[in-house]
Amino acid sequence: MTEMSRSAALPRQPVETERVRRPHEERAAWRLVAPAAMLIILILALPMAAVVALSLTDYQLGAEAWRFVGAANYADLAADPVFWRSIVNTVVYVVEVVAGSTALGLATALMLQGSSILAPVWRTVFFLPVMASLIAMAIVWEFMLHPTFGLVNGMLGLVGIAPVNWLQNSATALPALAVIGIWQQFGFAMVLFLAGLSGIPQALYDAAEMDGAPSAWSRFRLVTWPLLAPVTLFVVVISTIRSFQVFDTVHALTKGGPNKATEVLLYTMYAEGFEFFRTGRAAAIAVLFVAAMLVLTLTKVVVVEKRIHLK
Amino acid sequence: MARIEIDGIEKRFGRTPVLRGIDLDVRAGEFLSLVGPSGCGKSTLLRIIAGLTREDRGTIRLAGASVDQLPARDRDFAMVFQNYALYPHLTVAENIAVPLVMRRLTAAQRLPFVGRHLAGSRAARAAIEADVTRVAETLGITKLAHRRPGELSGGQRQRVALGRAMVRRPKAFLMDEPLSNLDAKLRVEMRAEIASLHHRLETTFVYVTHDQAEAMTMSDRIAVMMDGTILQIGTPDEVYADPDTLSVAEFVGSPKINVIAADADLATALGLDIGRVPDPQGLRLAFRAEAVELVEAAGAQLSGSIVHLENFGSDLMVHVATATATAPLLVRRDPHDPRPRIGETWGLSIRPDRLLAFDKAGRRLRSVVGGRA
Repeated sequence: MTEMSRSAALPRQPVETERVRRPHEERAAWRLVAPAAMLIILILALPMAAVVALSLTDYQLGAEAWRFVGAANYADLAADPVFWRSIVNTVVYVVEVVAGSTALGLATALMLQGSSILAPVWRTVFFLPVMASLIAMAIVWEFMLHPTFGLVNGMLGLVGIAPVNWLQNSATALPALAVIGIWQQFGFAMVLFLAGLSGIPQALYDAAEMDGAPSAWSRFRLVTWPLLAPVTLFVVVISTIRSFQVFDTVHALTKGGPNKATEVLLYTMYAEGFEFFRTGRAAAIAVLFVAAMLVLTLTKVVVVEKRIHLK
Repeated sequence: MARIEIDGIEKRFGRTPVLRGIDLDVRAGEFLSLVGPSGCGKSTLLRIIAGLTREDRGTIRLAGASVDQLPARDRDFAMVFQNYALYPHLTVAENIAVPLVMRRLTAAQRLPFVGRHLAGSRAARAAIEADVTRVAETLGITKLAHRRPGELSGGQRQRVALGRAMVRRPKAFLMDEPLSNLDAKLRVEMRAEIASLHHRLETTFVYVTHDQAEAMTMSDRIAVMMDGTILQIGTPDEVYADPDTLSVAEFVGSPKINVIAADADLATALGLDIGRVPDPQGLRLAFRAEAVELVEAAGAQLSGSIVHLENFGSDLMVHVATATATAPLLVRRDPHDPRPRIGETWGLSIRPDRLLAFDKAGRRLRSVVGGRA
């Protein structure tokens, strides 16, 4: 197990002090907590409350009047096929990117583990997309995927495959974005897996060898995979949260099209808020989005940090 | 049960030689300990025997046939590791079953879910379960069968590791410092337990340890290793009483053997035939604490003042500071005999047949004293 997830897996025991709290100590405690509490209220709680409030109005960007409409925005969304389309698209995208980047991250980590002197170079190369600005990288991808002079079609042409207009074809647009998402995220998974792999004691592989595990695959099944389980779970949850937030590539490359094929949650919210100026509806989407994030984060806290610890 | 012949094994890590030509013949069914200070190459040698590390030069033969080309899993040895190396995600029973699962089930039968329903799988798994239960009963860990290693104490983990090694009836057991992570009391208990396991299984044991007490108490024979070579191979009695070099004499035995630098006069006084010593310069004499007695200081060949008394209950160790040795000399005494007191001056009388002489390079000079050999 990695150092990181091991420390994360430490059971949290309630600290019980037997001392009697004196009133002046309690006041001091509140004063000490106050600055941080103020900040949290100012930059987190208040904006959130404002968004929730907005989502209950018919406010439009720039409008002078607004009305309280109750849950009408939510009801509209529930009846809106575009909204449902964007939820389905987002889920499909998340599943593809999470599966792809986790598998690719594990595969590259296994290949880079240990020996080669070039390993640090490869590690850096694979990690670059994680650090790069996705909007800039999206432009590069746009050229790579260009139907006439793009590198991808050029390569496919060499093996006799007809050019595809990747980003303008409703069958390929979302998978193309998912490939870019995988390309951007797998380096992060790789780094986590590398850390996880370095935490597996060599003695376990020796034991597997002595116990007669006949192949590299059987040693992977017996030792590597089970011992990476906590890391894998962590990777899956983190990359789910990250890929849920897909926006940059959609905005730069497809604008939700063609024919709503790449309409995803955050892009729908953006379009509602800043193209159609329906701020109330955008706020309602934001509330739903934050709720989904909250669920995912709680899953991470409960599952990754509390329950899963092999020792 | 098989004989392991080790022939001219050499190994270097980078430019550092770790093993410099090891020859060792492990007899079928014997308990042989490789003992030496850390870094002497004993664990590397064990890993080479196991097949986990490749030797640079030399040959390992198992029951007469070379195994140099065989990977570890095909050599039919079982190994117990220092940190137990139990699979943390498997229960005790599953851990013990791994060697059988890997060897008796086909790759398809090992598959999760599907594997259980393949032809022959149920019978094979039942047989494995029976074997695991039998081993768990032998080691007294039946109650722990469904726990995971993380929920066990060090001693319990050690038993599970032994169980995993025993379950398969291998040709030999290789043990790499299996007791060094246990507390002192448990270590003594497990020492006896492993020794009796050896008697019961009648299998070849190769046991690596840095603790000479473990080697002395458990082994049929001991190979003392230092700096990548074997200094001496023999029974515990031979290595203890008749060491070939000063390093062996100093490493084996607790308390440590007494060593004095002896000039010609003292050597003669102690009964040495100084004329037969090739180079009397650098002559060193060694004797065990039980081979020396306290006597009246007047007229003794060697005398000194008592600086410390250690009472073990069974023995009393008297530390005597002398002019000839830098460290105090140790004298074992029966605690029921009249006790000397700190500060008193006593003479030392060494049993001439237990006096060991070594030359400048630390090699034993056998002809100059009446050693026991």
